[in-house]
This record gives sequence, structure tokens and C-alpha cells, in this order.
Amino acid sequence: MIISKMEFLYRSHLDQETLQVWIEEEWLVPQVSEPDFTFTEADVARAQLIRDLKKDLGVNDEGIGVILNLLDQMYSLRKALAGKSGAMGSFPGEDS
Amino acid sequence: MKDPYEILGVARGASADELQKAYRKLAKKLHPDLNPGDKTAEERFKQVAGAYDLLSDPEKRRRFDSGEIDASGAERPRERYYRDYASAATNGSPYENPSGFADFAQNDDFLAELLRRQARQARQAPGADVHYRLAVDFLDAINGANRRLTLPDGGSIDVNIPPGVREGQILRLRGKGAPSRGEGPPGDALVEIEIKPHRYFTLQGDDILLDLPVTIQEAALGGSVRVPTPSGSVIMTIPKGSNSGTTLRLKGKGAARRGGGNGDQLVKLKVMLPSEPNAELNEFLSKWAPGPNDNPRRDM
Repeated sequence: MIISKMEFLYRSHLDQETLQVWIEEEWLVPQVSEPDFTFTEADVARAQLIRDLKKDLGVNDEGIGVILNLLDQMYSLRKALAGKSGAMGSFPGEDS
Repeated sequence: MKDPYEILGVARGASADELQKAYRKLAKKLHPDLNPGDKTAEERFKQVAGAYDLLSDPEKRRRFDSGEIDASGAERPRERYYRDYASAATNGSPYENPSGFADFAQNDDFLAELLRRQARQARQAPGADVHYRLAVDFLDAINGANRRLTLPDGGSIDVNIPPGVREGQILRLRGKGAPSRGEGPPGDALVEIEIKPHRYFTLQGDDILLDLPVTIQEAALGGSVRVPTPSGSVIMTIPKGSNSGTTLRLKGKGAARRGGGNGDQLVKLKVMLPSEPNAELNEFLSKWAPGPNDNPRRDM
């Protein structure tokens, strides 16, 4: 499901400038497709997480980048481990 | 819902600062996205956030303290958390970052293979599909054509419009979409067809409708007339005694059918008087009278 930039800004309660900063900081990595960025549901949820961190948890901008980086590593690790237990029965090296 | 003061673990007289401090302490521990493995975190976080929403609003807090409202319904609604997407992320998510465990993966053949496989799938994930709209002329839609679609970025793609394409039909152009983030194939371009109306042809199902003006003489006496069709003009015979509304069928001159073959062109006659009053005709008509059974309004 692809979400346009306008819809994304509306659903995430963000303004254009803030979004630009978040993208420059690489907190959000939208798809670059003509004529403009497009977003996914995961981006909407991630923007909500960033808002929670800033507003509710009082994390400053430096902290956000650190947290997102660690979270991305943790989620990748979780996924790899989930894949490992899920793939126990199949041969490694074969595309599933 | 339990007492919001109890949920946040503060005294009833707590200041706004104390409330915020207590809330942040709990939220840092309980935010579901920071606790992907803890199924109960979401429920507890909702309660904590709801309690804070209630007590951090001075008006709501006053009404709660005086017993005007209770804490029910104060749970903060939330559609989905990021963890739901991050855990289910398809390969190729831009947020994946395996650098944190790349080292120990090297010592574990099985994990290393899994990571390699994931990285390969991520690299090979195709680009996104991109949507376009293309307005085509009626005759191009019926006969088929090659048209160039100019893209917003100044590029262009050639679109091969098949004969008989329909309004709203979507043509998929393989590999003309957004490029892959890695080494995968690009996505597809999805081109939605919009058909511009024609001056005198209209499409109804597979059939093409045409209103054909004929002279009063051609209608009464019959004759051969030239009729435009999308594939060029044809000669059509008008039977004697035709009328306005008489519909003649030109077989196979319609739009291409989905299963093969073509629809028909339906030619509806429209009897026209001469555009300028014609003395000869008028003189004849003044002497002519319709028979007793010829009242065209007898059914009204």
C-alpha cells in the first residue's frame, strides 16, 4: 500500500519542514518515486514512534537518531533470529 | 480502569512536573516499540498514557478529582505500533541494519547463511510500481496505437496501446517503474487509460454507436451512402422507407472483444430536412397529405 506525501503528512500530523528534516536525518527513508516521495504504513507507524519519543518521552534530537539506529539493529536481529527458528526445517541456501 | 494516580504511581496532589516525570519513566520502560518481545507492554503503555492524558489536562484532572468523571475510556487509542511493521517487514526494508550482529554471524554458519540470504533478497527486491494516467484519442483506443507518455521528471516511456482498450483499463509496463533500492529489477509502470470522447462515435460495450444524418430522399427511397467507421469509410445501403431512429448494423466494425473478434457498429439514422427551405419540396408537400393511418402521434 503506497501512501502519497500529502496523505502521509496528514496522517502523521507533520508539516512539510519537519518531514524534510526527518528525511535529512534519515529517521525516515521514504521511497523516491516521481513526482515525489511515497510512504508505507510502516513509515506512518515509525513517524508516530518518533513523535512519541520526542513528545512523550522527552528525547532530544540527538537521542532520537541513536535510539532509531539501535532499534533498527534490534529489529533486524529479531527478524534474523525469527527466520532462523523458522528455517530450521529447510536447507540453508535455498530461497524460500 | 484503575485509579490513574495509582497507575502512574504518584500522590493525588502531585504537581504537573512530578506527573510528567513519573509518566516518562514508565513510558520509557513500557513503550511497545522499545519492547517488541513483551506482549503485555502494549496494554500497560496504553493505560499509563491514558492516565497521563487525563491528569496532564488541568480541566480533566479537576473534574476527575471532584468526581465529575471517572477514568473509564481514558485509554489512549492507537492503530498500530511500529514494532508490528518492523517485525513483519518484508525484505528490502530501508530500515534494516544487521551491522550490530554481523561479527557473531561469521562464527555461526547457519546464521551467516540466513543473513546472506536475507541480504541477497533485500538487494534483489524489485522497485516500487508507479501509477500514471494516459488520455488517448477515441480512434487510438479502438484501433490501437503507440503513444509516448511524458513523465514528470522529463523522461518518457513508450506505451503500446492494444486495439480495443477500455476506459479505466490498466496497462502494466514491466520494468518501467521505480528502480530497485539494490540490484533487483525495477518495478512496473501501471498506466490507467482514459479515453477522450469522439466528435461523433461513442462506445457502448463492444459496439460503436453513430448517429448518421440522411436526407429525406435517402430515407424514403433508399440508397447507398458513405459511412465513417474507425477503420475508414464504408458504403452502406439504406433500405427504402427508413426512418429517424432506424438502426443499421455494420458487422465487425466495432471495438475488439476481449475474447477475440469485434463488436459491431450501430448506425442510427437521423432524417434531415434540407437546411434551407426548399420551394420545390414545400410545394410538393402542400399538395401531399398523410393517409388516415399515418398519424405518427396515434399512440400518444
